[in-house]
Amino acid sequence: MSSRQASLPSLHIDNVAVMRGNRLVLRGLSVAARSGDIIWIRGANGCGKSTLLRLVAGLLTVSSGAIHSEGRIALADENLALDANMTLETALRFWADMDGASADARDMALADMDLLDLAHIPVRFLSTGQRKRASIARVLASHADIWLMDEPYNGLDSASCARLDQAMLAHAALGGIVLVAAHQPPSINIATSLLLDKQGAAA
Amino acid sequence: MKAFVALVAREVRLAWIGGGLWLPVVFYLAVATLFPFVTGPDKALLARTGGGILWIAALLATLLPIERLILPDRQSGVLDQLALRGWSDELVATAKIAGQIVAFALPLLLATVVGSALIGLPEAQLGTLLLGLTLALPALSGLSVMIAALTAGLSGASALGGLLLVPITIPLLIFGAGTLAEDPGNAMQLLAATSLAITALSPFAAGAALRAGRI
Repeated sequence: MSSRQASLPSLHIDNVAVMRGNRLVLRGLSVAARSGDIIWIRGANGCGKSTLLRLVAGLLTVSSGAIHSEGRIALADENLALDANMTLETALRFWADMDGASADARDMALADMDLLDLAHIPVRFLSTGQRKRASIARVLASHADIWLMDEPYNGLDSASCARLDQAMLAHAALGGIVLVAAHQPPSINIATSLLLDKQGAAA
Repeated sequence: MKAFVALVAREVRLAWIGGGLWLPVVFYLAVATLFPFVTGPDKALLARTGGGILWIAALLATLLPIERLILPDRQSGVLDQLALRGWSDELVATAKIAGQIVAFALPLLLATVVGSALIGLPEAQLGTLLLGLTLALPALSGLSVMIAALTAGLSGASALGGLLLVPITIPLLIFGAGTLAEDPGNAMQLLAATSLAITALSPFAAGAALRAGRI
């Protein structure tokens, strides 16, 4: 699916704490992920799952501790990041060009998420589930080594859930890393699950 | 570099699709159309004041695209995705300013030719006006992106934008209007210097605002 760099992707989160708006969201958290890992991050609402993913993505800075990652990162969160007035294909092509992905990779990502029929429809007309699939397709086409998926199952029908699981499996099989924050468990075998408690520590 | 061009092209395309490209031009030409109604058909008066009115119209037109420059990209996660790919906020701001120069400054320059005809500006002054605006429009593009980044997400962003823009553009306006005098030489140099300083600083100010706005 993607061309690997010489070094294998890896992710080390070491004793990390994060403050957001005077509140300690994560504390004393350590996670290590190696090439081929799929990690399911779970926990109650507001326990810091999304914060953890944004942290790994480099969009937030740690208050203490350290994060070290090897390999390119892609993020699919609640924000679609696709231009509403453009067709799905054009909007995806923008990010594929940014990532240096080929037209084939883009089409394959569309096919993997069953979006080929919708390729010429403006993004603003897509339904909730279709939007979610589009943001997953953006990650698929990105050639990134580490996938960060924030609630990827929200709004997906069962067939799409299965497609997503397959895509994550294939990515891990090729040596990638997936961090998936979700309430429902992925239907595939996952090596590790990380449960966050209310205080944002690993339970 | 290719990615930078892609981002600039996206800015222009969004302006084109979203109608953001025409709004400043229509506003600008509306001012040029309405002004003679106020002064009456006094050719000498129009020739003396018309250039200044076009300068004011250009400054105020800067405010029009502000709401669509940063906020939609922040809300839709585009800024996050760019930061994730290692783009510095300053580079994103620079691309947006470059996009504004193409999608705002160039159309406004073309509209100046039409606007000066509507007002009946002497031909000799049109050249000076175009040169002055060419020097100032990059600074105005930079300011619009900077103000958009500063006010994105605040309530009353456009009113606040107006308050921010007016004091910063006063030097541009003074030197710009100065170029319309008999001997534009000195004013033109000062205009170029002011514009250069504002244009060069705006990506950093806008970048800092983008970074501060990330939560």
